[in-house]
Amino acid sequence: MSLLKLAIKSLLNRKASALLTLFTIAISVMLLMSIERVRVDAKSSFSNTISGTDLIVGARTGDIQLLLSSVFRIGHANNGVSWHSYQYITQQRGVKWAIPLSLGDSHKGLAVLGTNKDYFNHYRFGKKQPLRFASGQQFNHLFEVVLGSEVASSLNYKLGDKVVIAHGMGNTSFHNHDDNPFTVVGILEPTGTPVDKTLHIPLAAIDTIHGKSHTHEADHVEDESHEHEHEHEHEHEHDEINLVGNPKQITAFLLGFDSPLYTLQVRRNINQYKPEALLAIMPGVTLRELWEMLSIVEKILLLFSIVVVLISLLGMLTSLLSSLNQRRRELAILRSVGARPWHIFTLISVESILITGLGCLLGIVLFYGLMLLSADYLQSHAGISLNIALLSSYELMLLAAIIAAGFIVGLIPATRAYFYSLADGMSIKI
Amino acid sequence: MITLSNVLFKWHAQQASPTINIASLHIEQGEHVFLHGPSGCGKSTLLSLLAGVTTPNQGTITLLDKAVNQLSNSKRDRFRADHIGYIFQNFNLLPYLSPIENVILGCQFSKLRQKQALNNSPSINLEASRLLTALGLTDALQHQAVSKLSIGQQQRVAAARAFIGSPEIIIADEPTSALDTQNRQAFVKLLFEQAKATHSTLVFVSHDETLQGLFKRSVNLVELQGGTHVAA
Repeated sequence: MSLLKLAIKSLLNRKASALLTLFTIAISVMLLMSIERVRVDAKSSFSNTISGTDLIVGARTGDIQLLLSSVFRIGHANNGVSWHSYQYITQQRGVKWAIPLSLGDSHKGLAVLGTNKDYFNHYRFGKKQPLRFASGQQFNHLFEVVLGSEVASSLNYKLGDKVVIAHGMGNTSFHNHDDNPFTVVGILEPTGTPVDKTLHIPLAAIDTIHGKSHTHEADHVEDESHEHEHEHEHEHEHDEINLVGNPKQITAFLLGFDSPLYTLQVRRNINQYKPEALLAIMPGVTLRELWEMLSIVEKILLLFSIVVVLISLLGMLTSLLSSLNQRRRELAILRSVGARPWHIFTLISVESILITGLGCLLGIVLFYGLMLLSADYLQSHAGISLNIALLSSYELMLLAAIIAAGFIVGLIPATRAYFYSLADGMSIKI
Repeated sequence: MITLSNVLFKWHAQQASPTINIASLHIEQGEHVFLHGPSGCGKSTLLSLLAGVTTPNQGTITLLDKAVNQLSNSKRDRFRADHIGYIFQNFNLLPYLSPIENVILGCQFSKLRQKQALNNSPSINLEASRLLTALGLTDALQHQAVSKLSIGQQQRVAAARAFIGSPEIIIADEPTSALDTQNRQAFVKLLFEQAKATHSTLVFVSHDETLQGLFKRSVNLVELQGGTHVAA
């Protein structure tokens, strides 16, 4: 019978307190692992939200507010960008593409985005991945809608379905224009970004659902665009005009340049643009700033979960120390059959490692259970795509650190037992 | 064989008179000795010295021709594992082990005793079982939870643990104090039988002088210390 077997049997003899300690450690490990996993995945989901866009332009507000409202659909931009400014800026030298964004409407609580076809060609997320269609194609007519993957899956929409889009945010809207249903023509592949929760409609359709006659609007647009025709070229001139329309203003727009060298120059021009107070931000920089802001919360969470782990280890220390006094007889018996004080020391150390190790194992099981249960929820409510993968080397390192901490904590009762066994000798106290 | 000469022991340096002060004591190999004296006369201390858990301040303790007080701590621990079987007053057993496992624990820390146990039986388990049967524990009882055994039965398991692997010296520290008179005598006789079988020296400590008659030799610890004893 090895010391390990003795330690296991001795622990089993104290099932209740050993199990309680083990559970405490397991739960704290689960907590720490979950917080770490969510933190790491949130960070990558976050920084992968938008890429390939050089500038985001909107009405003057804070950098982060503009990012939140235009990319994350969080909060509401009070002011927009006038269509005139949009047209002026997109004509600047070096502008390769421009994507107008018109937000503020919703369908069953999901954001409706009015935009142009460039959105499907130039919008990038993650590592400059383009949007891909799971089925269907981009919109070509006014009353057509392209759904984000989650919109389709959660509302169970298929190609060809008719969708009614309301004016305003939220589930209950005053104006439900049942007479203007949109036809689903495309469904995008999942991106793990707010795109998944967005309904994309032609920019011109936004005005239409706001109650303006589209026929009139379209005619008007055509007139206007003829004036600009000689200045910039459109490949599919007629379609484009119809779909973009001539809104009074848009929420924001994304710009891509021929060369990144233009970015700073254009940005300065926009920020000093006289006719209207505008703001241009570089999404990468602002994403980092936003993450820095959130990282305080994240660090506090991490700190708390580390404290929880420490408390659980202190719980183990308490239970080992309090049991030790009752076990002095056990130690004396072991000494009488020739166990050395070192054996006693090892026995108690093995116990603390066993409890911590098993606690970690159970914690991992609970952690994966929790991840599986909450992955969908986090994806749909927080936009964090959880990575239910094997443990990363960082996570394994965390676990090793916890077991090491358990071992170090266990040295206290082990040392105590060592000295008990030296002092007690053959005389059994208690 | 046990020899003590000029052994002096104090728990604390400031102690006025020593707890143990034995000029000379010699016990032959295979001898059964009854060591008695009132409570507090230093019996437990003497046993700790004999078992090599504590060492005397002065003098020599020779066990089996080895001056154990001169050995290092770990060597003394190994010596105890190899050559001494120890029976406590009561609560001798680890509650989370079966009686068989408790017996096997006796040779857990000694290769020598494992080897000697295997001389008697094909496996350590069988040897433990053989000893338990010899000490009157039925097969069914051998696998029962220790807590379900009577005190008498527990003491027999303790005796089996002391005897497994045939150590040369058996030290019993008031092993019968929790037993009734009838069981006491029976238990002592069982110890004699086993000690004879393995030719072990038996040092049996008790303050119960009714058992004295069963032993050929008895030593009064108070007289051994020159009658000048002061409680520890």
